[in-house]
Amino acid sequence: MSNVRVAGTGLTSFGNSPERTSRDLFAEASITAFEDSEVPREDVEAVLYGNFMGELSEHQGHQGPLMAEAAGVQAPATRYESACASSGTAVREAVTRIRNGENDVLLVGGAERMTNLGTAGATEALAIAADDLWEVRAGVTFPGAYALMARAYFEEFGGEREDLAHIAVKNHENALSNDKAQYQKAIDVSDVLEAPPVSEPLGLYDACPISDGASALVLTSESYADDHDLEAPVSITGTGQGGDRMALHDREHLARSPAAREAGEEAYADAGVDAGDVDLAEVHDCFTIAEVLALEALDLEPIGEGISAARDGRTTGDGETPINLSGGLKAKGHPVGATGASQIAEVTDLLAGEHPNSEYVDGATTGVAHNAGGTVASATVHVLEVSDR
Amino acid sequence: MTDGESDVADAGFDEWLAAAADGDATYLECANGHGSLPPRRVCPDCGSTDLAEADLPDTGDVRTFTVTHVPTPAFAEDAPYATAVVDFGPVSLTGQLVGIDLEDVETGLTVELEITVSETTGERVLSLRPV
Repeated sequence: MSNVRVAGTGLTSFGNSPERTSRDLFAEASITAFEDSEVPREDVEAVLYGNFMGELSEHQGHQGPLMAEAAGVQAPATRYESACASSGTAVREAVTRIRNGENDVLLVGGAERMTNLGTAGATEALAIAADDLWEVRAGVTFPGAYALMARAYFEEFGGEREDLAHIAVKNHENALSNDKAQYQKAIDVSDVLEAPPVSEPLGLYDACPISDGASALVLTSESYADDHDLEAPVSITGTGQGGDRMALHDREHLARSPAAREAGEEAYADAGVDAGDVDLAEVHDCFTIAEVLALEALDLEPIGEGISAARDGRTTGDGETPINLSGGLKAKGHPVGATGASQIAEVTDLLAGEHPNSEYVDGATTGVAHNAGGTVASATVHVLEVSDR
Repeated sequence: MTDGESDVADAGFDEWLAAAADGDATYLECANGHGSLPPRRVCPDCGSTDLAEADLPDTGDVRTFTVTHVPTPAFAEDAPYATAVVDFGPVSLTGQLVGIDLEDVETGLTVELEITVSETTGERVLSLRPV
């Protein structure tokens, strides 16, 4: 089976720009991706675009063709919606299409406009990723759902808020050199522990920010890349997707992510690698506890031990498997629909030696991107490898 | 959305809340013994379409909980409030804990179902009261 080359990556700065429309954000990201790839727009055969809350934040549905237009591409376009895993699912669909020979060149990405909603509005919009009848109407917010999982984890495996705080500190540290990150500000453990509570045991610094931003990737077949002498050393070699019951209360385990495990196992098998081969990963740390659950689901940490990974330095920049060298959702920002494709962009740049934090992973050949939707009722995992090293 | 009394009914769910308010909360049991919450036509565990109503057990135990300080606008006047996932045996439910100080909430607490009203919207809320 042919691998899928990442020919170009483009990201806007993630952050607070309430005046910018999603079409403006996606246009910027796509311009960067096309320039990076040197692929002409007219070769693009389809646009696959991730977005979650466009109806609520911009009164705009049917965003696929709108974003193709914004990117200057005349091709069929489809929006993918899978909550915070929206562009992860778009990437997976693109990989499948290129592999089966249906397409040679695709523009894939996502965008989200969130800060114009304000904190209460964005909290309400994010909450619709949960079960409206049985969770949202009982007052469950998105941080609240992860707080339910955090407490369940502490009860089952141990750990405390201070362990989670080390994850936030690590990811802020990683973002210092990422000039596209929303927070380029170092924090310490006491900052996290003393921050105002959002949904106990999670506080303000356990949560990713509300963000605006966009991501874009130009993906091509191996044959297209070779025929056009593209400089595209990184390939997507594995893809996987998992699913779970929508409402948290309907799950057997409240402190594990079976959907992410399923996605990870599928992606590892697809690429022919295992967790021991992974040199670095970008995982979906919308809340500090989410990084713990992701590490365990991906077999990068044993069940019950992910909680200590950041504190003990296993996942820091100089640790054995650096996690979220971009700053993660926590510090880089989380414009929901843009996140999955942005993680692929970060892993690609890290492996290609083109990332400000590539120095931490010199010689790395294998990276993983993990994108989760809702309380991980959806998850995609992609394996990326350096093809010519 | 829960914008007011004029909203159209959500078939199955509103009837369940009304029944629960009268002390007649139910769950659905399939031919293979799996429990699930209505409204539903198919058992999510096994695909059985043979679903029958059964009485929800009187009490359940708190599996996990959180105290939310930053609510959605629909609960602006209610915060801070505790939300819990409660194991009733055949099914689990998510609801707000009432009738207890927030600092006294703990896992393992035994509770019963009660339908209360949101201070913010006046809408019915699935709630749980320690017994």
